[in-house]
Amino acid sequence: MYAVNYHKPASIEDAVAAIGGAEEAKILAGGQTLLPTMKQHLAAPSDVVDVRGISGMTDIAVRGDTVTIGAAATHAAVAASSEVDTVCPALATLAAGIGDPAVRHMGTIGGSIANNDPAADYPAGLLGLGATIVTNQREIAADDFFTGMFTTALEDGEIITAVSVGKPDRAGYAKFRNPASRYAMVGVFVAQTGSGVRVAVTGAGEDGVFRHAGLEAALSSNWSSEAVDGVDVGSDGLMSDIHASADYRAHLIKVMAKRAAAAS
Amino acid sequence: MTQVTMTVNGKAASGDVPGETLLSDFLREHLRLTGTHVGCDTSQCGACVVHVDGKAVKSCTVLAASLDGAEVTTVEGLANGELHPMQVAFNDNHGLQCGFCTPGMIMSGIDMVNRYKTEGRELTEEAIRHELEGNICRCTGYHNIVRSIKDAAASM
Ligand SMILES: Cc1cc2nc3c(=O)[nH]c(=O)nc-3n(C[C@H](O)[C@H](O)[C@H](O)COP(=O)(O)OP(=O)(O)OC[C@H]3O[C@@H](n4cnc5c(N)ncnc54)[C@H](O)[C@@H]3O)c2cc1C
Ligand code: FES
Ligand code: FES
Repeated sequence: MYAVNYHKPASIEDAVAAIGGAEEAKILAGGQTLLPTMKQHLAAPSDVVDVRGISGMTDIAVRGDTVTIGAAATHAAVAASSEVDTVCPALATLAAGIGDPAVRHMGTIGGSIANNDPAADYPAGLLGLGATIVTNQREIAADDFFTGMFTTALEDGEIITAVSVGKPDRAGYAKFRNPASRYAMVGVFVAQTGSGVRVAVTGAGEDGVFRHAGLEAALSSNWSSEAVDGVDVGSDGLMSDIHASADYRAHLIKVMAKRAAAAS
Repeated sequence: MTQVTMTVNGKAASGDVPGETLLSDFLREHLRLTGTHVGCDTSQCGACVVHVDGKAVKSCTVLAASLDGAEVTTVEGLANGELHPMQVAFNDNHGLQCGFCTPGMIMSGIDMVNRYKTEGRELTEEAIRHELEGNICRCTGYHNIVRSIKDAAASM
């Protein structure tokens, strides 16, 4: 790894100052993506600004029907949270299936969505639930946040502080894991929410996570796996790589959508 | 440089560390605790697993500078006059061949047994296999590792 200066600010103000004062700063949370990337010299920031020491960043709290999860809450904390479980057990299940136990002890929800890996789990969960991403500058709807493969609506140096999720009427997640990496080869999150049925697909799209209008329409009229059978899921815009062809991914989207609906 | 003081295997360990020093390097190079192994560059093999504040983490994927005040346990810190039950079980069940992955297997094994006990869940063979997803062994084919952890869970 190249030399890097480490900062651990205790407040957002100090974090903003540390980012602003550095030649090229990167925000550090659980490090489960950033550190492997730095080890491989694919990233070489001059400074890393660790956001885990900022007060409130790991809190998880319920108010009314909404759970707010601090950006630095680990996958293990979300998986075990009774607050998350009361609002959306499917999100806790999703967190429990990310990577392996050691990765879940360190990796965070904020880091996962800031990274927006096209095969990551949380982007599907948050887009499927119509979550709100809270930063030190504004609130961003999940529909506007995930803008493409490894890209988001975040400005340079903008810090995610929390994610809020409203209680869905029902929700479910199913993923077909890449057997080596455990990332999603295809993952589908389905939710019936106040604003209608939402279906988000990860692991498959060439532009990262996306909503599937055909599956949403089918599940709106009939919430069942039979309804999914009648949907035409094409392979246009899906990834083809050594793990799976676009056609196979299209097939998996239907299978995962059925499993997710059945799990809800 | 960041001044850090952590507790490693019950003893205070401090030093000025450059920002880029990984916990695995701090343990192996600064403290000469070479029981923690480094088997990959991609955070996938789990040979480097140690406990930080009681939780299994990959020491190759944590900055030492971030651990001021933390409590770290490595494989060297387990035996207390006699071997830890997990170490005994790996010995009794032939849970290793070359031994390279073993420190990580043992630390992950203890972590999963502790978690399942605290949560009151049964650590079935299937659960052990699932829990071991972040630990790779190129020798044993895993069967004896799973047996070792199951055996140790009964006596921990
Ligand atoms: C072996 C392995 C298996 C994995 N398997 C899976 C899997 O199955 N599914 C899955 O979804 N993921 C998986 N991951 C990734 C894991 O979930 C990471 O934890 C996650 O992608 C990044 O979170 P982090 O907290 O570690 O972020 P970091 O690595 O610290 O940061 C990642 C990126 O996010 C930025 N960032 C971090 N926090 C913030 C913030 N608060 N505001 C703004 N930007 C921020 C950083 O600058 C960086 O660019 C795996 C990782 C490993 C090593
Ligand atoms: S050396 Fe840490 S995961 Fe391989
Ligand atoms: S015993 Fe050789 S790698 Fe596991």
